Amino acid sequence: MADLAIRNLVKRYDRTEVLHGISLDVEDGEFVVFVGPSGCGKSTTLRLIAGLEDATSGEILIGGRVVNNLEPKDRDIAMVFQNYAIYPHMTVRKNIGFGLRTSKMSTADKEARIDEVAGILGMTDLLSRKPSQLSGGQRQRVAIGRAMVRDPAVFLFDEPLSNLDAQLRTQMRLEIKKLHQRVGNTIIFVTHDQVEAMTMADRIVIMKDGHIQQVGTPAEVYHKPANTFVARFIGAPSMNMLSGTVANGALRLGSGEVLELGLEADDGHPVTVGVRPEDLHPGAGPALVRGPVTVREPLGHETLIYVGAEGQEVIAKADGRTPPEVGEEVTLTAALDTLHIFDAATGDALR
Amino acid sequence: MTATDIRPTTDALMKSQAPKKPMNTGQFIRWLLLFLGGIAMIMPIAYMISTSLKWPHEVYNLKLIPDEPHLENYTYVLEDGRFYWWFVNSMIIAVITTVCNVIFDSLVGYTLCKFRFPGRYIVFIAILSTLMIPTEMLVIPWYLMSQQFGWLDTYWGIMFPGLMTAFGTFLMKQFFETVPDDFIEAARIDGLNELQIWWTVAMPLVKPALAALAIFVFLGNWTAFIWPLIVTNSVEMYTLPVGLSSFGDEADVAWELIMTGAAISTIPTLIVFLIFQRYIIQGVVMAGLKG
Repeated sequence: MADLAIRNLVKRYDRTEVLHGISLDVEDGEFVVFVGPSGCGKSTTLRLIAGLEDATSGEILIGGRVVNNLEPKDRDIAMVFQNYAIYPHMTVRKNIGFGLRTSKMSTADKEARIDEVAGILGMTDLLSRKPSQLSGGQRQRVAIGRAMVRDPAVFLFDEPLSNLDAQLRTQMRLEIKKLHQRVGNTIIFVTHDQVEAMTMADRIVIMKDGHIQQVGTPAEVYHKPANTFVARFIGAPSMNMLSGTVANGALRLGSGEVLELGLEADDGHPVTVGVRPEDLHPGAGPALVRGPVTVREPLGHETLIYVGAEGQEVIAKADGRTPPEVGEEVTLTAALDTLHIFDAATGDALR
Repeated sequence: MTATDIRPTTDALMKSQAPKKPMNTGQFIRWLLLFLGGIAMIMPIAYMISTSLKWPHEVYNLKLIPDEPHLENYTYVLEDGRFYWWFVNSMIIAVITTVCNVIFDSLVGYTLCKFRFPGRYIVFIAILSTLMIPTEMLVIPWYLMSQQFGWLDTYWGIMFPGLMTAFGTFLMKQFFETVPDDFIEAARIDGLNELQIWWTVAMPLVKPALAALAIFVFLGNWTAFIWPLIVTNSVEMYTLPVGLSSFGDEADVAWELIMTGAAISTIPTLIVFLIFQRYIIQGVVMAGLKG
């Protein structure tokens, strides 16, 4: 086990820079999830940590040791790939034991280690099978077993759940989290699924276009997004964005409502107001949005309503039993402390 | 690995057992063409075996069933010491060449496919371009080379032009494209060196291609005629095709003996095919593995 540090990491392919000097510290035993849309550089970062690609500049430290010039096998890491990368011509036992091929352990110790890992993953009965005889979830477990068997300092997961169906994904998510609690190794997990990130991570790293947007616990990135990108990316359905301006420290909304928020910005400064659908509901209070209900999505305990206003659709949550009718004019309100205020020009959070 | 599963579904199996419908014209024509194709394939083999059972005076009679079938030709060929020499020569050459091709073609194909290095594309094009040069054109330079190196009338002289082929390299490169990079990277993280990755991870995954390549190369070398004819002088160094063609004298070609030798010489090719065919089928099944 070891901590991991990244210092000003830059990756360039020919003239295209895909990582623009990112820095991050991961503590020993921490479960860190990199999340972001395709092409944000999260997988590239993981491959740089693994040593599958060379960094253009910057440093990667594992356990305090600079590993930039080390081969992947010397970095004390193990990686689980999206398509599992388990070898179809080998049995489960051989696949799990593959990581020990180059180890100096005795054959008996190796076998014992494979049995131990298979036991942890509940695969003891499957050791003599070939991958073609396994289900998707079992294959994923074999891939994890192969990574575990060497007891690496850092586990790297590259979107390992994206080939599984929804139910299995939820199950494996839980298993990986339990596994982490049990073995306690440092884990870097890459995904494009914000639900995976929220449910599994100790800390989430949100990336976009080769920059880190925010690093924080799931609660922090959800409740205190650093900018509009993070605010929209985390949470489903995603955060509503309304436009407004600052007037004497107060917020003037498109609906005409003025909210005394004590903002520290120049008069007339354009801002974006973010409010999560679960905080927005029909009722009395400051009127953030007024408009007709265009669509209703009943979910049982509550109903999502889409309200047309300011040339966009705003999503809010209404009561599950007596939601407003489609076409009905509604006024949506929210508690003032649930509003997120961003600079309209830069997208950065002001409050 | 997203190849589709090739195993027949239960539905397909059920359908195959359904009562047969009467054949329509399109089907009839298709079967007729296949039948004619089958005849064209089988006739040379049938005549080879038929001729090997004939007496010399019957050879030019095109009847498929000999009037007086006999096995004297087989006794003659097998008792003729030269035949063993040629058989052994052909076997040594075909086996060594096949092994070399399987190793070298896949090594080069793997390197060209999985490594990024400057000049990679140029090397690949250069290798491919040699496919466009006919053997007849290469025979003279090969001969001059053999002469200068003292390889005339040796195994090495017969084998050296075919130890690696552009076709094999191309075939293997294309097949290695189907091996996901993740497999190779996973092995790299697990601490294998590049040669170990090639041998333990990549090679088993392209077994069908290796089997196909082995069949091609073995058959090609087993039946090679022009180059072994040119590079060999002594009767003991002849390969089977060259040796067989020398049966008879200036006045007459002993077709019945040539056909007998040819019939015997097809046996190893059949064995090779039967051995490697199994791997081809295994490979196809493996390629059907999803996920």
